Amino acid sequence: MLIPVLIGLPVVTAAAVSLLPGSRLRELAVYTGAFAEMILTLLFLFQWIQNGSVPQLYYTNPEWVNPGITIADIALTGFILFLSARYRQWFPALLSLLQTGLVLYTEHTAVIAEAPHMMVDRLALVMCVIIAFVGGFICIYAVGYMKGYHHHNPKVADRRYFFFSMLFLFLGAMYGLVLSQNLIWMYFFWEITSVISFLLIGYTRTEEAIRNSFKALWMNLFGGLGFAVAIALLAFTGGNLQLSYAAEHGSALVLACLSLAALTKSAQLPFSNWLFGAMVAPTPSSALLHSATMVKAGVYLLIRLSPAFHGSLVGFMVSMIGGFTFIVTSMMAISQNDAKKVLAFSTISNLGLIVACAGIGAKETVWGAIFLMIFHAVSKSMLFQSVGSTENSLFSRDIEDMHGMLLRLPKLTYIMGIGIAGMYLAPFGMLISKWVALKAFVDSGNVLLVLFIAYGSATTMFYWTKWLSKLISQHRTRQEVADVTHRDEYLSMYVHAASMVGLCLLFPALAFRLVNPIVLELFGDAKTVLSMSVMTTMVIMLASIVFVPLSMFLVSRAAHSKLVPIYMNGINIGDNTHCVGSFGQEEHLYLSNWYLRFEFGRRRLLRPSIYFAASILVIVFCLIIGGIS
Amino acid sequence: MRILSVLGFLILAPFLGGLLDGIDRKISARMQRRVGPPLLQPFYDLKKLFSKQTIAVNNVQLLLNLSYLVFLMISGALLFAGTDILMCLFILSTADMFLILAASSDSSPYANMGASRELIQMMAYEPLTLLVAVGFYLTTGSFQVSEIIRQPLSALLFMPGMLLGFVFSATIKFRKSPFDLSTSHHAHQEMVKGLTTEMSGFNLAIMNIAEYYEIVLILGIFCLFIINRNPVSWIFAVAFCLFLYFIEILVDNACSRVKWSTMLWSCWTVTLLTGGINLFVLLLIQ
Repeated sequence: MLIPVLIGLPVVTAAAVSLLPGSRLRELAVYTGAFAEMILTLLFLFQWIQNGSVPQLYYTNPEWVNPGITIADIALTGFILFLSARYRQWFPALLSLLQTGLVLYTEHTAVIAEAPHMMVDRLALVMCVIIAFVGGFICIYAVGYMKGYHHHNPKVADRRYFFFSMLFLFLGAMYGLVLSQNLIWMYFFWEITSVISFLLIGYTRTEEAIRNSFKALWMNLFGGLGFAVAIALLAFTGGNLQLSYAAEHGSALVLACLSLAALTKSAQLPFSNWLFGAMVAPTPSSALLHSATMVKAGVYLLIRLSPAFHGSLVGFMVSMIGGFTFIVTSMMAISQNDAKKVLAFSTISNLGLIVACAGIGAKETVWGAIFLMIFHAVSKSMLFQSVGSTENSLFSRDIEDMHGMLLRLPKLTYIMGIGIAGMYLAPFGMLISKWVALKAFVDSGNVLLVLFIAYGSATTMFYWTKWLSKLISQHRTRQEVADVTHRDEYLSMYVHAASMVGLCLLFPALAFRLVNPIVLELFGDAKTVLSMSVMTTMVIMLASIVFVPLSMFLVSRAAHSKLVPIYMNGINIGDNTHCVGSFGQEEHLYLSNWYLRFEFGRRRLLRPSIYFAASILVIVFCLIIGGIS
Repeated sequence: MRILSVLGFLILAPFLGGLLDGIDRKISARMQRRVGPPLLQPFYDLKKLFSKQTIAVNNVQLLLNLSYLVFLMISGALLFAGTDILMCLFILSTADMFLILAASSDSSPYANMGASRELIQMMAYEPLTLLVAVGFYLTTGSFQVSEIIRQPLSALLFMPGMLLGFVFSATIKFRKSPFDLSTSHHAHQEMVKGLTTEMSGFNLAIMNIAEYYEIVLILGIFCLFIINRNPVSWIFAVAFCLFLYFIEILVDNACSRVKWSTMLWSCWTVTLLTGGINLFVLLLIQ
């Protein structure tokens, strides 16, 4: 039985990293833990295929685990209470007490039918592979990154081994989360991810970090409260705490509460604030929260529930919030010049699309949602890593400072470029998934969502292209930049880049062998969303995106052109940066991107959109509780 | 048949585009009470551009410009091969992105300004092009161009709003006033030649040819509104395109350039009012 090992190994690694003496041994533990986890996941996958590739259920009667989870739940609450008391935050403490009390009460009073506690199926396995590989490589990346980080930030107390342990614990919790079928188990792992993300965000212990970490904590605990209410409702009405039972027979209120939990986890509006705040933490934790773990837990739950959303009021609420988040956050991303903030907004925006797809709950949309999830995980993790390494070399993560980065840090620029291309360009996965989503939104007849996606893809294109054009500018700066990226960082980034390209090339195989069966498992039947001819077009396109620039490269290599200085409306003094103007004075040229702050700034858009999204939530909850739907 | 149509596009489009450009210059000149250049002037210009020594500000611009051209050719080829219109539009915006990269690769103030404005222009027209594709899907049940042109009735009857919006935003694509922000066919602008400031000789020729492909591609999409099962509709489609092109020339000569925010908001509003309402109606009658 591999499941306990899968969940246990990261925990053991975490313990080893924080207990072993000496930095060499600890780093070794990180490498061993990450690679062992990847190998184990592959073994787990093969074992499952050997057993016939069908959903398998486990642990119908786990004798000692349930009390163990109860104790751990209480310990977790105690930990939150302790920290809340220490920093005088009463709200998280209250939320935590409420939900733990509710879950414990339910567990010990309600009569719950005996049922399997864990399930292994394709969707869970896809998540496991993402967690193991994307998450594992992020841990490896972190080893190199944290050296550079503490070198440049001497004021921050060096607690990097605590940081590594938290990363591994997070991976372990995620395994538990995606494999759980019993909601109390899932809730337990859900709470662990909330607490660990809180600890990761507060890593630097600055005032800002502490404030932001508590913001993340209370928002996620609020979602957790929704989860707890859903558990209580299910237990007292149906006597069954299976996730599949909730998806099939859950009442509207149960679904709405679970969706609330998922929306907070996925940082959808009105709960997006915590993810912006999470930027204060070192980059590997952002990479982990944004790509393989945390936010993916939310969409994972929504995808599991999606069959129940089809045509229901809750589904409408979820898809509207998702679609709205998609467009508004992509607009706000335009006005950001901090690379990590752009990535944060784009994460929320893309998750919005996934949430909207899951909320519609049709086969095609879920198909698109799963694809978006896979591609987003790889792309975003790669982007965060390249931005992090760039920051260590350039001492800045301002996109304006990345002007001409192609000449200064070529390797990092290529990786960043592939990541950006993967997020929105023609033959790459995200765009294809977006296409499927568009088609499915049209089929579902939702005008607003079609409009959201039409406008949202325009704004998405805007902020990525302007970033890309900054990178590609041919401009030599005075200061030389040394690439201080460590080898383990490059290892991780190269693997990500290769898998990004590989995933695109294998797109048809992925569609037919993996995603179609997942939809089949979720809905009972599946149809091919993209026809073969579309697939062929796609492969041709992919080939052309490789061959066209390559052949053009050779052509332009062959063409000999005489290089001249640029036109500056003055006398270019020869360095393309200074010119002599009409009054004989020397002018310095500074080029900046457009940020449209007045139009799309966070200050202007964030508050109204939070109110709007919150009112959708409140209205739908009122309707459901009032029994209208 | 498909191969012929694609080959026809790839070979004839630059000539057709050039010819349209020639007519454009002639008509514009007459509107301004000038005689104007000869009809074939665009081709003479191209010939001259090709004969010049290649001068460039960097080595990547040519690469990016050529990619712009090739992606436009692919996009047009997809349209004329009768395949997916959504794919065609996505590749069209990929092509445009290469133009923006080409212009901003040189770190030149005017070209950069042009590139930023081009980006705003893309953002302005993109929602409508997507809605048009959706409109075709709703009226004909397919994104396939070959299906769209085989309908009993012209798509125009079902999507007049979309057509109106598309005419509005095609002004951007044709680089006509009032929406010729990034670069225009006329001299005397506040930012030199905008996007193309740093392009010369071979580079500029490539860019011009690509623009000719783009004109034909956009007109091809306009034809989709008209063409139906009846072969006579093809004649109407061509006549309609010529009429549209004339209107664009007229608007170009009658309007002055607007600010970017006016362009963006007016385009988005028009998209919402024409495309959005049309879409809503289409979904209702489905």
